[in-house]
Amino acid sequence: MNAIAPVGRSLAPFEARLDGIEDPIRHAAVGELRRVGLPGPRVEAWRYTHLRPLAGHEFREAAASFDADLVGRALDESLPRDGLLASTPRLVLVNGRFAPELSSPANGVALPEGVTFERFLASPEFDALATPEREPLVALNTALAVDGVCLSVAEGVAAGRIVLVSVAFAGDEAASFHPRHSVSLGAGASLELIELAVSSGSGAGAATYFHNPVLTCDVGEGAKLTHVKVQKEAAGATHLATVYANIATRGAYDSFTLGLGADLARHEVHARLSGAKAAVHVNGAQLLGEKQVGDITSVITHAAPDCISRQTIRNVLTDHARGVFQGKVHVHQIAQKTDGYQMNQALLLSPHAEIDAKPELEIYADDVKCSHGATVGALDDEQLFYLRSRGVPEAQARRILVEAFLLEVLDLHEDEAGRALLDTALGAALSLRIGRLQGAGQDAGEASE
Amino acid sequence: MPAVTETREQVEKLGQSSYKWGFETDIEMDFAPKGLNEDTIRLISSRKEEPQWLLDWRLAAFAAWQTMEEPTWAKVSHPPIDYQDAYYYAAPKKKAGPKSLDEVDPELLRTYEKLGIPLHEQALLAGVEVPEGEEARMPIAVDAVFDSVSVATTFRKTLAEAGVIFCPISEAVRDYPDLVRQYLGSVVPVGDNFFAALNSAVFTDGSFVYVPKGVRCPMELSTYFRINARNTGQFERTLIIVEDKASVSYLEGCTAPMRDENQLHAAVVELVAMEDASIKYSTVQNWYPGDENGLGGIYNFVTKRGACRGARSKISWTQVETGSAITWKYPSCILQGEGAVGEFYSVAVTNNRQQADTGTKMIHIGRNTRSTIIAKTISAGHSDSTYRGLVRILPKASGARNFTQCDSLLIGDQCGAHTVPYIENRNMAARVEHEATTSKISEDQMFYCRQRGLSEEDAVGLIVNGFCKDVLKELPMEFAVEAQKLLQISLEGSVG
Repeated sequence: MNAIAPVGRSLAPFEARLDGIEDPIRHAAVGELRRVGLPGPRVEAWRYTHLRPLAGHEFREAAASFDADLVGRALDESLPRDGLLASTPRLVLVNGRFAPELSSPANGVALPEGVTFERFLASPEFDALATPEREPLVALNTALAVDGVCLSVAEGVAAGRIVLVSVAFAGDEAASFHPRHSVSLGAGASLELIELAVSSGSGAGAATYFHNPVLTCDVGEGAKLTHVKVQKEAAGATHLATVYANIATRGAYDSFTLGLGADLARHEVHARLSGAKAAVHVNGAQLLGEKQVGDITSVITHAAPDCISRQTIRNVLTDHARGVFQGKVHVHQIAQKTDGYQMNQALLLSPHAEIDAKPELEIYADDVKCSHGATVGALDDEQLFYLRSRGVPEAQARRILVEAFLLEVLDLHEDEAGRALLDTALGAALSLRIGRLQGAGQDAGEASE
Repeated sequence: MPAVTETREQVEKLGQSSYKWGFETDIEMDFAPKGLNEDTIRLISSRKEEPQWLLDWRLAAFAAWQTMEEPTWAKVSHPPIDYQDAYYYAAPKKKAGPKSLDEVDPELLRTYEKLGIPLHEQALLAGVEVPEGEEARMPIAVDAVFDSVSVATTFRKTLAEAGVIFCPISEAVRDYPDLVRQYLGSVVPVGDNFFAALNSAVFTDGSFVYVPKGVRCPMELSTYFRINARNTGQFERTLIIVEDKASVSYLEGCTAPMRDENQLHAAVVELVAMEDASIKYSTVQNWYPGDENGLGGIYNFVTKRGACRGARSKISWTQVETGSAITWKYPSCILQGEGAVGEFYSVAVTNNRQQADTGTKMIHIGRNTRSTIIAKTISAGHSDSTYRGLVRILPKASGARNFTQCDSLLIGDQCGAHTVPYIENRNMAARVEHEATTSKISEDQMFYCRQRGLSEEDAVGLIVNGFCKDVLKELPMEFAVEAQKLLQISLEGSVG
């Protein structure tokens, strides 16, 4: 054991692909990675989320070819043809590469007027918002990114909704893909970005793949970006996503992330309020079971006065699952009249579940109102008793209480279509992890006290 | 904003004058040579006529220390400390150990008198000779530690009659070796952390308390630490053992002269509470904080930990941290016994260039263990203050309960206040609640006080005292009064 030196984890899983990279930005990222390694538990930002599952594999570049039927089925499952999002423009990536044939409106991807779309592949440019020198997983993405979606919305354009779907099509070998997305909104523009990460669930057993997306969001003056993300990766998968958002004066970045899948998942948000009166919402929920580890990490920087930040995260953990929340609110001296709020709550449903939370305030301005809170507990016996005394079977009572706990945070998301997607995904996960709503009784899973 | 401008001006006006404990006592001292190596440790050990096991223990700690690196995770910054450029042993020259107060160097007695620490037990017992302007106090037994050694311990006879042992730890090593050997390092192991290892290697004195079964300690016990000599580090070690159904309340105070250099204070405090035992440990930390430009002051890097070993045992830490250039301190409770209770009440005030990174750890191991954390942080001037705390609920701690509240108050726009709580829960039948707020003094509150005729300074003083009330009320009476005064003084110029 290395007791002292903060030696990172070995880059062996990716070593073969890191050699011979010549592009200067990518090369610098590789240098950075080689210097620090993949973050180990002694790196403060990763103290609760260990990248052990990545070790012992050699991740190859994910295949460009896939079974269109299987992928199509996965798409239909997640985005029903009769659903609210059926006619919404969708950009589909399979294994991190843009798949025009699956995207709609077909092939050409005609997006609303004022919205331009480009593949990252076409002209790889790395947005300066991302900081690979500080986040090793972003360095990894920078080194290995092949494709991604680059959207920009012109000034004053209300672009409506766009769905961004990532489908993993795992083969037999461990593979990874590192898509690089960017969204930029001109002054007064608006966009609802609905992001979905699913797996084609091709076959037997767990899939060993690693999805490592980076998304940069540049929100212009008075612009509003709504971002919903539903993460339903396959069992066995690792999903480590990083989002950067820069929000200009009176702009807003309103986000919600729902973590349900993957063995190891992390949704990391770096939001910077760089103009006065800007607002950011980083809300989210996780429902995890088995040995899943789900991490929601955020760093919100108030770099301008009169800004608002809001974070409400709820975790429900069953079996041996572990939830992690790390939230940092950093208020610069210039950011007077900051209004920051952060709340992380967890419900532990099994004696083996665990939650680790680190809500952090770093404040250099005096005229601020910042608070955070965290609570952890089991289901309330009195609430259960109340329902039971009214004839609700125990399993169903539990489901009702868990669902209510999570719906409260889903209510923070206002967009109808996004909400519908969240509800569907959550409903399925609740049935899987907690028990079905009707005729429950027997199949309630582990209901031990 | 006029209030802010005024505050800033006042902060700027604030000089060293407010630290009234900054005098130096001129007394003949006995030093070990500068620097830290095995020979220094052997010298300390032989000066103190220690048994071989303790020397071995120290050397093991030193060996561990040499492999360790100074922790860097705290939110404090200072130039590198040269551990070879300090004296590790400094003691007032004396003949044999003083048998009574009469034999204590009168210069020392005068020092403690000046500090307001009563070493004359008779006078106090009789209730006479109360100096003018001072209120009569309840008797408090005092162990006075001057640089590296304990110079006097009062009321030992009264305490002995009750069965309570209260003496310098070096004496305890001699007189109660089995007790010391059994418990020393059992709560804070020698290799626990960099500063604890350093302390274990070179600790010189400190207090030892043993309260036997069923005894309620008849009076408050207190240790008063004074750094006096130049270039010395102070490394005291306190060990308090409270047996079944016994209880004790212990107070700790400290001051140092004003100097331009930084001096290191790395203490270790170990508490052990057995079944139904209760320990209340109160600290008013008032080391010299350095001047308004951050020159000088004490580096206060302290490891304090209590083990609630028995069922229903209770350890309560209360601290008022106003001094030190840098504070690095996390009084903790290991709640092993079923139904054990840990409490942490803290007020940390930083002004000028002071830095404080302080908080607590509550480790819930046993069933139905409970902990409460109330931390109030006040930053003024150019200072930085951090609350860093850990609440860890282990799988067996069913029914465990924690409540944490951290509030920060910022005075002026050049300071920082930070909150870094870690919450780790591995038991579904445990409840953890944490809340934290950061704000400035509200204009409504100010307006309310001002329109009732209070001056701005008085109003701020009143509001700050109210802000800290939850903690101050936990202090024993005399300390509470002193702490309130200290709050006023440390915030002088920035508030009332």
